[in-house]
Amino acid sequence: MIYRENGQFKTSYQADQQIFPIVQDRWAILAIVVFAFVGVPFLADEYLFRAILIPFLILALAALGVNLLVGYCGQITLGAGAFMAVGAYAAYNFFIRIDGMPLLLTLLLGGLSAAAMGIVFGVPSLRVRGLYLAIATLAAQFFWDWAFLRIKWFTNYASSGSVSVGDLEVLGWTIDSPVEKYLFCLMFLTLFALFAKNMVRGAIGRQWMAIRDMDVAAEVIGIRPMYAKLSAFAVSSFYVGVAGGLWGFVHLGSWEPAAFSIDRSFQLLFMVIIGGLGSIMGSFFGAAFIVVLPIFLNQMLPLLGDWVGISISTAGVSHAELIIFGALIVFFLIVEPHGLARLWSTGKEKLRLWPFPH
Amino acid sequence: MAFFLETLIGGLMAGMLYSLVALGFVLIFKASGVFNFAQGALVLFAALAMARFAEWLPEWLGIADPTLANVLAFIVAGLIMFVVAWLIERLALRYLVNQEGATLLMATLGIAYFMEGIGQAAFGSDIYKLDVGMPKDPVLMLESVFEGGILINKEDFIAAAIAAVLVAGLTLFFQKTATGRALRAVADDHQAAQSIGIPLNRIWVIVWCVAGVVALVAGVIWGSKLGVQFSLATVALRALPVVILGGLTSVPGAIIGGLIIGVGEKLSEVYLGPMVGGGIEIWFAYMLALIFLLFRPQGLFGEKIIDRV
Repeated sequence: MIYRENGQFKTSYQADQQIFPIVQDRWAILAIVVFAFVGVPFLADEYLFRAILIPFLILALAALGVNLLVGYCGQITLGAGAFMAVGAYAAYNFFIRIDGMPLLLTLLLGGLSAAAMGIVFGVPSLRVRGLYLAIATLAAQFFWDWAFLRIKWFTNYASSGSVSVGDLEVLGWTIDSPVEKYLFCLMFLTLFALFAKNMVRGAIGRQWMAIRDMDVAAEVIGIRPMYAKLSAFAVSSFYVGVAGGLWGFVHLGSWEPAAFSIDRSFQLLFMVIIGGLGSIMGSFFGAAFIVVLPIFLNQMLPLLGDWVGISISTAGVSHAELIIFGALIVFFLIVEPHGLARLWSTGKEKLRLWPFPH
Repeated sequence: MAFFLETLIGGLMAGMLYSLVALGFVLIFKASGVFNFAQGALVLFAALAMARFAEWLPEWLGIADPTLANVLAFIVAGLIMFVVAWLIERLALRYLVNQEGATLLMATLGIAYFMEGIGQAAFGSDIYKLDVGMPKDPVLMLESVFEGGILINKEDFIAAAIAAVLVAGLTLFFQKTATGRALRAVADDHQAAQSIGIPLNRIWVIVWCVAGVVALVAGVIWGSKLGVQFSLATVALRALPVVILGGLTSVPGAIIGGLIIGVGEKLSEVYLGPMVGGGIEIWFAYMLALIFLLFRPQGLFGEKIIDRV
């Protein structure tokens, strides 16, 4: 009843091709963005910012990058964590080695370094695909894990192996409180998501999707597979690299290579698959789900244990977390292999007909 | 020269152990097209079950003979692996038939988390010793050829022998028995196999059972070498380059690939490692496999009809 596009006529191509052609969608998204910028800083407390909101924003950005590659271009990657690491460490080196380096430029340069590495490690995709490619991308993961641990130059010869940055400042705005960090990450995410949405609607996104759906046919109609695949690797790694820089600079402050281990890669891939392959919205859903679920389990299990009269030890909680997490993943893949984004669009479809479903 | 040979033999032995894990991957991929990331978790689970039952059974039943206790524990752990295999097929994979590769991969990752959690919750998460009576002392060989001879671990020899026996047994099973023939038929073409009356579900259960037993053997050998602990689950990641090097669908490929990776790792660690700071064996194997992949995308013995780009 409230969600209906009757009477919304498009009179120009511009109106027909906008991102949200339905008025209600447009207003809803605008309201959410405004609420995220204005409302949330007043409502959320510090714990919520630190533990949930900031990680969610940064990982959503990374998941967006992974989704561009896996969901839109069809190239499975298990090395996303490595590209986050490249972004973070490259940004770190630019930041400390060049005096007066502006933060924004640092993060973007970190992203560009990750993009360059993405192209290098994307080369195997020209020869193999599917599972073989997934394993090939693990090479990137293990190589960079090792490099940032053993090659001391990357960590500026820090004796403990961990690096840290302080004094984040953008154009005179010092970012130190959780609210400011949140807003900074939110700005990145909003701009990058808008950019990604436009990219996948444009020529390059269509090329990626053509390659994903059938690479031989795509080649026949004149799409260069090399260009399309490597550009997907580059753009995806750029996103992931910027997210890595934010993760290190803004969220952690000081970090070790373990922050970007293979578990991070798996986590990002989970986000994309649970959220929905080939969907910008899905990346957000997936990131929210994967970020919130462990925290939720961690908080709820001891309570649940108390309730039924069993006290669960810390080790028991972490084991139960693993068990429930694994079981939920399998469950989700069985009931909705197309991800949360599919549920979302089914819901919208239902809402259009509501309250008269026939 | 003696040192080189020692490294080489050490590499071959390590490679044999990698192939054991890789075998599990290949078996399941061949029969059901599932790339089983949970193989490492299966190895951990099996090793934990074995180690704990070897400890518990003598207490419960009052058996004094350690050999008997080990044999019993092995049987019990094997039975548990059967149940696990059946449950995985029944509860998860049956519903995921015909999904995309990435979805299946993620599902097995979910299973891996589940197994790691439940294994540690049920059997404890400490480091357990697993003593199956393998001799630990090294022996000197070829003393007449080289000065000082070369040192070889007896344990490695026995492990390699067990691996060889297992591979021979599996080959016989695949080539000579009716079930093995059915397995190969399913691997070739699901639909054709089904249309001549081969029950797919039962075949998958059997394959997972075989993979479970392979995981158990691998877990026992690795576990008695390194102790049963959580890091066993990461052995699977070390075995992945073996699989792509050998080809995802080839049993001999898993063996030869394992040997190549084992030797490559050891030699690179000893001769290249000191130059760049050490610890390179993990990614070196991947790089080796990657370079190989660029020239031969289907792996050493993989079927040529795989998705080539």
